[in-house]
Amino acid sequence: MSTLTIADLHVSVETDQGTKQILRGVDLRINEGETHAVMGPNGSGKSTLAYTIAGHPKYHVESGAILLDGEDVLAMTVDQRARAGLFLAMQYPVEIPGVTVSNFLRTAKTAIDGEAPAIRGWVKDVRESMAALRMDPGFAERNVNEGFSGGEKKRNEILQLELLKPRFAVLDETDSGLDVDALKIVSEGVNRAKANTGLGVLLITHYTRILRYITPDFVHVFVAGRVAEEGGPELADRLEDEGYDRYVGEPVAS
Amino acid sequence: MTNETTATTTTGRSTPAGETNVGGSATGTRPAGPTGRGLIADATSRHERSAVPVQTRNERFSSTDVTAFPPVTGREAGWKLTPVDRLGALIDGELDGGRYPITVQGDGASTVGWSDRTDARIGTAGIPEDRASANAWSHFAEALDIRIAGEEPVHVTVRRDRLGSTPRAAHTIIDVAPFARAVVVLDNAGEAVLAENVEILVGDSAEVTVVTLQDWADDARHVANHFARVGRDARLKHVVVSLGGLVVRVNPAVTLAGSGAEGELLGVYFADAGQHLESQVFLFHQADHTKGRVEYRGALQGAGAHTVWVGDVLIGPDATGTDSYEQNRNLVLTDGTRADSVPNLEIETGDIAGAGHASATGRFDDEQLFYLQARGITEEVARRLVVRGFLAAVVQKIGVPELETRLHDAIEAELAGEPR
Repeated sequence: MSTLTIADLHVSVETDQGTKQILRGVDLRINEGETHAVMGPNGSGKSTLAYTIAGHPKYHVESGAILLDGEDVLAMTVDQRARAGLFLAMQYPVEIPGVTVSNFLRTAKTAIDGEAPAIRGWVKDVRESMAALRMDPGFAERNVNEGFSGGEKKRNEILQLELLKPRFAVLDETDSGLDVDALKIVSEGVNRAKANTGLGVLLITHYTRILRYITPDFVHVFVAGRVAEEGGPELADRLEDEGYDRYVGEPVAS
Repeated sequence: MTNETTATTTTGRSTPAGETNVGGSATGTRPAGPTGRGLIADATSRHERSAVPVQTRNERFSSTDVTAFPPVTGREAGWKLTPVDRLGALIDGELDGGRYPITVQGDGASTVGWSDRTDARIGTAGIPEDRASANAWSHFAEALDIRIAGEEPVHVTVRRDRLGSTPRAAHTIIDVAPFARAVVVLDNAGEAVLAENVEILVGDSAEVTVVTLQDWADDARHVANHFARVGRDARLKHVVVSLGGLVVRVNPAVTLAGSGAEGELLGVYFADAGQHLESQVFLFHQADHTKGRVEYRGALQGAGAHTVWVGDVLIGPDATGTDSYEQNRNLVLTDGTRADSVPNLEIETGDIAGAGHASATGRFDDEQLFYLQARGITEEVARRLVVRGFLAAVVQKIGVPELETRLHDAIEAELAGEPR
């Protein structure tokens, strides 16, 4: 069984005002097939956790560990982490002018698998995944994220999730900016990936809305760079009713 | 009359993510400048503007006689961004103006031969405006004469890959008869020290693509001026691809002379360490209802890589109903490079359909790199994808599939640092 372990993680970022501490000792353990929701108010460090797992150079790990089946993720480059089975669905996917979705997907699949996918099966997989996400076939020939609507960008992220078949996916506010129809389509995509590959999911969200469609096994409430409370799905229901006010009294990062 | 001059210099020395954007447009009698919105993201970018240039672009001194031009000092407007000391004989010296070996591949109604310098067509597309161009003109003995006739599509490639290291002068006429359709490729490789003029005569309603590909050896020096005259309802697509050579300066001057004429001026360049690649583009809307599009894109990598793009667009007093747009984009891949980008737009009539320009020079985007790497793609492959994608925006417009494939391969080779 695959496990992603985050232990006592401290992360800082350089700003114009100097070094700013964001994560202050995060512990999380995700087994394959599990879905963990990370919820919290703005500025609590949710996205920092996502980008640190993926290896964004902006974030500096001061101490702690991230292990994938015992292997030191922090020692890996960004692309090595992806090839090891980690995936980050980004909140703001980047435009890549002149690179088509189709070319991008094939290049990424080849990199992840270490060999080019067999052409016929691959074309079929892409077509089916796009159809399931209600993406127009012409989408494949558009440049990556260029001129995409917010919903199209998120679907494109989930398309990659389905095709690249990682072991663990971090979804960074994938629900933000989606109308309810798009939210359902995207959630179905995540649930399909879970059913097909036993994907472990770290679902980062500000709202409980997406949890109606993707049921979490565990909910972690992030406040001021650490986990303030943990529980089962019922914790999300309570947050739905009460919001984050209850936690705001606690010391919050400046 | 409206004038705009905007100059941007971006150096790759220790610049953080720096992008300089210049946007402007002019319609009707509304003055186009000052265009404002110059965005400077780092201290090493320079941004200059003067409201009134010294003269209108088509009032420059011109002569076919080299001695009519004063010696070049390197301070002249047309030379100040060029390493003139590395051009030596091409500007001032004796040049061999005799025939040189070529390989011709042509089909259909095309002929390629040599014509005497007294041929009546010579000088009808344009006259030199700088000393190197006049030096070539003064020295050539015969012009390479490429003639296209008929109405069926014609494809002609002239390969010049045995010029050697003797300083040479050359003159070429590309003469496209009315209603003819053609793709003409000047395919340049190997050693060269060459100053040349190319005249392109596009007859009424003709449609021609002229590509000049500079894939020279590392120490080649090449100064070329192209003069094109585009007739009524005719269409010229002019493409400059500069990849190899120590100093390569290809300056096209295109006159849209007949009503409804169209000019699409494209350029792709990739400068490596120590290379200087330059194009000073002049598009003159002389007649009414003419349409012009200028798009040059370049990538720079390695210490001392230097590119220059100057884009002059002049919309003359009779060019009513004109539609014109020019842009230059540069992608800086490493430190130690320098990209000069200078768009100029002059409008002498109050009744145009549209005119604008843009220039942007940016660093390789770390967020793009992160996104691609987060999908398992190595940094090297990611870099290649991004650069190829950036240049593809122009390459895809060339419209000659076999050439596009070849350019993609050449760009890959540049990125891989393979010897050319």
